[in-house]
Amino acid sequence: MTEPNTPGDPGGRPSGETGAVLRPHAEDAHAGELARLAEHDDRPRPPGWRLSPWAVTTYLLGGDLPDGTSISPKYVGPRRLMEVAVATLATDRALLLLGVPGTAKTWVSEHLAAAVSGDSTLLVQGTAGTAEEAIRYGWNYARLLAEGPSEKALVESPVMRAMRRGAVARIEELTRIPSDVQDTLITVLSEKTLPVPELNTEVQARRGFTVIATANDRDRGVNELSSALRRRFNTVVLPLPESVEDEVDIVARRVDQIGAGLELPEAPAGLEEIRRVVTVFRELRSGMTGDGRTKLKSPSGTLSTAEAISVITSGLALAAHFGDGVLRAADVAGGIVGAVVQDPVSDRVVWREYLEAVVRDRPEWRDFYRACREVS
Amino acid sequence: MSHVEVYGIRHHGPGSARALRGALEEFKPDAVLIEGPPEADPIVELAGDPDMVPPVALLAYSPAPTSGSAAGSGEGGGDGDRDRKAAFWPFAEFSPEWQAIRYALGAGVPVRFCDLPAAHQLVPADDDEHEDEAAEDAAEEVEASGDAAEVIRLDPLGWLAKAAGYDDAERWWDDVVEHRGGGPSPFAAIAEAMTELREQLAALPEGKASAALPPGHALREERREAHMRRTLRRTLKEGHERVAVVCGAWHVPALRAKVPAAHDDRTLRGLPKAKVAMTWVPWTHGRLAGWSGYGAGVRSPGWYHHLFIARDRPIERWLTAAARVLREEDLHVSSAHVIEAVRLAEALAALRGRPLAGLDEVTEATRAVLCEGADLPVDLIQKRMVVGERLGAVPERTPMVPLARDLRAEQRRLRLKPSALDREQDLDLRKPTDLDRSRLLHRLRLLDVPWGVPAETGRSKGTFRETWTLTWRPEFDVELIEASAWGTTVRGAATARAESLAAHATALADLTSVAERCLLADLGDALPTVMRALADRAAVDTDVAHLMAAMPALVRALRYGDVRGTSTGPLRTVVDGLVVRVCVGLPPAITGLDDDAAREFLGRVDDVHGALSLLADDGHLERWRRTLEGLVGRPDTLHGLIDGRLTRLLHDAGRLDDVPDRMARVVSTGTEPARAAAWIEGFLSGGALLLVHDETLLRLVDGWVSDLPGDSFTDVLPLLRRTFGAYAANERRAIGERLRNLDHAPAAASRPSEDDVDEARAAAATTTTLRILGWERWA
Repeated sequence: MTEPNTPGDPGGRPSGETGAVLRPHAEDAHAGELARLAEHDDRPRPPGWRLSPWAVTTYLLGGDLPDGTSISPKYVGPRRLMEVAVATLATDRALLLLGVPGTAKTWVSEHLAAAVSGDSTLLVQGTAGTAEEAIRYGWNYARLLAEGPSEKALVESPVMRAMRRGAVARIEELTRIPSDVQDTLITVLSEKTLPVPELNTEVQARRGFTVIATANDRDRGVNELSSALRRRFNTVVLPLPESVEDEVDIVARRVDQIGAGLELPEAPAGLEEIRRVVTVFRELRSGMTGDGRTKLKSPSGTLSTAEAISVITSGLALAAHFGDGVLRAADVAGGIVGAVVQDPVSDRVVWREYLEAVVRDRPEWRDFYRACREVS
Repeated sequence: MSHVEVYGIRHHGPGSARALRGALEEFKPDAVLIEGPPEADPIVELAGDPDMVPPVALLAYSPAPTSGSAAGSGEGGGDGDRDRKAAFWPFAEFSPEWQAIRYALGAGVPVRFCDLPAAHQLVPADDDEHEDEAAEDAAEEVEASGDAAEVIRLDPLGWLAKAAGYDDAERWWDDVVEHRGGGPSPFAAIAEAMTELREQLAALPEGKASAALPPGHALREERREAHMRRTLRRTLKEGHERVAVVCGAWHVPALRAKVPAAHDDRTLRGLPKAKVAMTWVPWTHGRLAGWSGYGAGVRSPGWYHHLFIARDRPIERWLTAAARVLREEDLHVSSAHVIEAVRLAEALAALRGRPLAGLDEVTEATRAVLCEGADLPVDLIQKRMVVGERLGAVPERTPMVPLARDLRAEQRRLRLKPSALDREQDLDLRKPTDLDRSRLLHRLRLLDVPWGVPAETGRSKGTFRETWTLTWRPEFDVELIEASAWGTTVRGAATARAESLAAHATALADLTSVAERCLLADLGDALPTVMRALADRAAVDTDVAHLMAAMPALVRALRYGDVRGTSTGPLRTVVDGLVVRVCVGLPPAITGLDDDAAREFLGRVDDVHGALSLLADDGHLERWRRTLEGLVGRPDTLHGLIDGRLTRLLHDAGRLDDVPDRMARVVSTGTEPARAAAWIEGFLSGGALLLVHDETLLRLVDGWVSDLPGDSFTDVLPLLRRTFGAYAANERRAIGERLRNLDHAPAAASRPSEDDVDEARAAAATTTTLRILGWERWA
């Protein structure tokens, strides 16, 4: 665990050379947009918020500002979901984002935190091994032994830091955290306080503190939330993209951003190829071809939008470095097969069937069919 | 000096209703005019009756022609081509019109309806475009429902909403008018806005303004408004000083306009007229949500009702009620949930810039907090609360057709209350009340009033039990009016209807189903006619397949007779005749069939066989078997499938002793393989379980297979596989196991014959059985 930052100083973390980091935080990547929004934001802001709820909604869903600045949409999907999410945070309730993998849960949580608190780094990554210290506090044992319990020997968790600062704490994969550790959140969320009995003190949350948790409802039952904890969250279920157009839009947008971030050689991400990948994913996911005529088996993987994005990105990299610089069927074929065939036996059968029954019969997909035959 | 106030309202708007009530109490009119059919003036006072519970509707219908002619010339095949003319004006508790009526009745002030008389609106349309939509035509309102094509073009509220930056006119109206707590009366502002809109519309080029409208729309609107003005003038002439007019917002400017009386008279001259009767009928919220005579459907009547009823804290009350609904379904929802849901709904409303959380916000809050993101409970709330199914009631003295009155009396006698929600009703036909209930429901079904729908599983529970699903729908009142042409009581009308159905039935199967329904409905008076028609039809019907199809239903009906106490004498005669005809007609009909026809026929033969076994009449069975014997006597003309099946039927009856020879013959080289396969299939049909349990049959098949010469066996094997392959794996194994033990257990041992009963040993068991049965004295 790192040395705690000075409370109330969000600029304390090393943020200098954003250009060099692999993936800048949301608040750094979109610093310009956030600043513009704040400039034009004349609506009341809840205590501890950097922006008003209206501006946060605009930041997430995109829009145009009076001075002509265009805010890029971060989330493509139903507006009402984002409104519910923002309204939840504005009533200092905790927000639980549910959804199958790859429905932009983490993405939304990061951007929400960035827009509301200007800081998306107060993050607890939930794993089976997440301990209470990650949510409450730990000790610097050298100091503890030398000086006895004191404020200085205390190592704050991101949650505690968020409470002190009145910021948004993020908890990823809440359901992977063991139940007894999950339950330490109950007091934090209901009493908004974190007692430190060893020092006979407590940390009381400042206004603006809240928690955004994400959980996966596909592998349910890992560590189901207790109803006591569950009722302290407002739940927003993020759906898979509704239409092919939406999904193509999301994939294209993200691929552009990632490509720019990785400084890949310029390779035009052919919209046709993206559409094809999205179509394959959607058809296998829903177990039916797009025209609703043919029934298909579904593979074991989720085939989320996020996976489609990574297939396209790696395809782009292949095309740029080894191909002729244009994204072709052969570049995405390997990625697609890898994404679909998670279980080497059953999924391979599913993929084979799909290839022979659907792909082969589409004349304009001939190149794709050949490429897939080669790799699988 | 007379004073006229025109209140522009939105039909079924709770905010309008509340504001209107307040405005009327302040204005204290001495006459109230309401947009609606003037024919309803004589029955409007019924609305003040304590037994009148909204939602109710005014129903205008063309009274039925005299009963005799209708029964004679009426529906031939009942194929939906009905010349129905009816229109509804529904009112809910939260309808402004209803509140106006209630206010006026409470204050002892005369109420008049001022719209164009229904008599002009129910006239058969010249352009058949609107033939069936009389209801919509009747009181079409330019309104924010966004459904009909004509509304889209002429949607004044849509324009205003767009001007205010809303994409949905309903939400705009909700925000501006419905969700207002108190404050000044909105009517002046509405009138002003509508005036402005109408002026702009009038300024549009003629063709453009009415491009998307059906041809008669503008004219009809003009006539309606002319009639409203005329009624207003007349009311003033009668000496009323303070007159309140309640009408759709769109009409306000037209009513305020100074138009010379002569102009309106010219507009209204020479309108075609139809004969119209008017009454109140119960209505449902569900209907309100779908369509209505005012054209403007309300998508969430339950929510509007709540808004109107709850005088304060509507959001809190709504969410608390939602929590209760969820708790009833054993979903854990605490008060803390409700608190957070209210906060979220209010925050959302603020975020969306609405003055008060609307249904959208409340639903989002319900989903995110109360239902923890799950959609299923949200649907439950939608159904139970947002639509909030409820059925109104009308008082006893409401004018109704005699048939409807008779039905009400029956309902009261049998304690069957109409309800808009689905309700399951289990009837035990051994109890007199339940039997009467069942008869009533069956009679109503004959009259095309499917109040109850019988569950399919009823038969398996035995013949004395019936399960019905009861749902009362408002249109049943119309059906009743229509059915009143058949008679004045449910029983009489159903009898007349059944007789007419029988007279017009074309297929024998239709007739038998009518007969069956008559028996179920205990329509003894109709039976002779139906039976005569049935006998006549059976006599001339040359297709034996029809006769065979008719048989099972009749035999079933015959059996029902015992339980329901219906006399079945005439039916018996018909069945007797039918059996003879089938037996005579079968041999020529059954020969020379192709594969498909044979398969179809096989089902018929099985059905008749089953029906005759059920009937248990030795004479008939004997005749039937003799016919079959005659058939298998000349196997070459029969299809293999049928030959095999008949052989089996006769074998089961013990009428054939050369079955092994026949089997051998069928698979010998002289027979085509396809025929042999069909024969085996027909012979062994009835499933594998029969083979497992019928040892004689198993021995027969076993003996036949083992006696086959080596070469023939190879030939027959595929055919056997074809039949046995259709059995489930465990059935095949069971057959195999039986076969293995076949040699060890002689047939005689497994089925003891009746002769060698050891009476001494049986006595103990017999005594116990008799005691269980309560027949001890016999022991």
